[in-house]
Amino acid sequence: MRKNGVKMIKIKAKDVDVFYGKKQALFNISLDIEENQVTALIGPSGCGKSTFLRCLNRMNDVIDICSVKGEILINDFNINDKSCDVVRLREKIGMVFQKPNPFPKTLYENVSYGPTIHGMAQSKQEMDEIVETSLKKAALWEEVKDRLHEPGTGLSGGQQQRLCIARAISVRPEVILMDEPCSALDPIATAQIEELIDELKKEHTIIIVTHSMAQAARVSQNTGFFHLGQLIEHGSTDKIFKNPDNKKTQDYITGRFG
Amino acid sequence: MNKNKEQLLNKRYKAEQRFRFYGLSAIFMALLFLTIFIFKIFSTGYSAFQKTWLIVPVTFDAELMMLDQNPSKEDLQDADYYDIALKSMADLDPNANEDQENELKRMVSYFFEKEIKNELLNDPNLIGKTKEVYLTASDDLDQVFKGNYPRDLPEDQRRVSDYQLKIFDQLVANGKVESKFNISFFTNADSREAELAGIASSFMGSIFSILVCLMIAFPVAVLAAIYLEEFAPKNRFTDFIEVNINNLAAVPSIVFGLLGLGVLLAIFHLPRSTPLVGGITLSLMTLPTIIIAARASLKAVPPSIREAALAMGASRMQTTIHHTVPLSMPGTLSGTIIGLAQALGETAPLILIGMVAFVNTIPGSPMDPAASLPVQIYIWAESAERGFVEKVSACIMVLLGFLIIMNLFAQIIRHKFEKKWS
Repeated sequence: MRKNGVKMIKIKAKDVDVFYGKKQALFNISLDIEENQVTALIGPSGCGKSTFLRCLNRMNDVIDICSVKGEILINDFNINDKSCDVVRLREKIGMVFQKPNPFPKTLYENVSYGPTIHGMAQSKQEMDEIVETSLKKAALWEEVKDRLHEPGTGLSGGQQQRLCIARAISVRPEVILMDEPCSALDPIATAQIEELIDELKKEHTIIIVTHSMAQAARVSQNTGFFHLGQLIEHGSTDKIFKNPDNKKTQDYITGRFG
Repeated sequence: MNKNKEQLLNKRYKAEQRFRFYGLSAIFMALLFLTIFIFKIFSTGYSAFQKTWLIVPVTFDAELMMLDQNPSKEDLQDADYYDIALKSMADLDPNANEDQENELKRMVSYFFEKEIKNELLNDPNLIGKTKEVYLTASDDLDQVFKGNYPRDLPEDQRRVSDYQLKIFDQLVANGKVESKFNISFFTNADSREAELAGIASSFMGSIFSILVCLMIAFPVAVLAAIYLEEFAPKNRFTDFIEVNINNLAAVPSIVFGLLGLGVLLAIFHLPRSTPLVGGITLSLMTLPTIIIAARASLKAVPPSIREAALAMGASRMQTTIHHTVPLSMPGTLSGTIIGLAQALGETAPLILIGMVAFVNTIPGSPMDPAASLPVQIYIWAESAERGFVEKVSACIMVLLGFLIIMNLFAQIIRHKFEKKWS
């Protein structure tokens, strides 16, 4: 979103290097991500786009051999700094994964889990409200309102993914990271999720990793193209798809490799 | 070319059929062994659940019992029952000489005097009257009645004399011998007399040992597994620990017995022959089994669940407590039950820490001396009397029943958990 023509930058990555053991997976990534916009990260498999995405909520911490260098500023605060608490960081930055991964609990428990551990509801009533609004925002409420206390794993794949989105937005994060959220879904479910992404960007900044260039073109305002651990090019989606600066981007977009 | 393919196809079919046959025969063999085993145990052991009683008329003669008029309860307690007991046995054959009277006495258990006393204590009005009292038959006659005793042996090779057999047969003919469910097998502690020996002491001993074992091994093992699997850094040191836990699982149980003897008894001076020491020793043995099972089931929890929780801002500990551990519980529990079942059947370490001692009291706590079921089997199997043979099998049946109930319990718990999580 531009305010008075000035881009509001939500996330600023500066010279980010990522290593898996001795192997370097990301080289010198610098990327600005605009607030309340959808940014798509595209590129062939193994190019590091998911690795970069996982840097943004420090999910790479989980992997023992993974080390991240460089600065990632969110609201001008470096999340790679020692003083950064990952729990509070992840409260602000939600994530939706490639394969729907609802907890093997009820729908209600799935959505209420985040608000519970972060102490966001004072009463049962408040929690009910949070669950309802989250499910409504995830366009799932109408389908599941009568069976909130049935297991979340009983839903269809598309519904499960929307449940995961509801779970992610239940703690009102500022940023939502999506790691190929539609790759396990059929076209109808994909269309529903894409519609949802468009809706969600009003309140959240969204970064989506996708294999589908058509999807990137449909949902995103900005696009970054990764190749072999490097950010080859980034800019507005229009420009990347219609008039890329780099030959490699051109080749990838037109399907000559990847 | 085509023919060649046909041959190959035939060969493949035949190979598959052969393989199926091998598999089926393996299963058949296993079932056969199991059937033979169970049949053998049941056919020898079932008779131990019956006990033979002689119905003998007893005259409660106040004079012989040295009782005054209107005796108090205490008088009845202190009265002399030996004479009336002896007399009632001797009266079975009015023409018996002194030797034969002695033989008559030995047709019932050593405690026949007590049985007569209890009869009177239950009903003090019996003084001066005659009543038919159930007396426990001696273990040899018990075996005779059950048909387990070779009557055609020459008399000097038998523990039952011809005279005793004659009287016994008369009693049988008069309907004065009865077989009833053997309650005392479950309520009595061990005894030197086969007809009085029961499993109450060893059963309670086993239960206390298993409880102590569970209370120590389960929390320690689960915490160790969680730490190793979810929190410990993967480095040489943790690798070393992992290797050693696996080694520990392979250590022969008797070594743990020596450890219990050398450390728990010799250094800490814990009471010998008690389920407390037995349970601690068994828990050392069970620990690696539970750790390995718990780690395997923690590993089996899909990483996507951990990622989901972490990405929601759950701390590592919240992720573990809220998601990973509950999901791994069914596997952990079944591992625990397997470990406990092993511990339940363990004999060697318990013998070393003294649970093999002859215990004729029923333990009321883990601090009282007790035997355990497998050790009881071992003790009885070593005894010479014919009456103990069926007891061994009966005790095995109880042990097997115990194990089956434990497994059933585990299945039920598992089922409940899994229902909740799927």
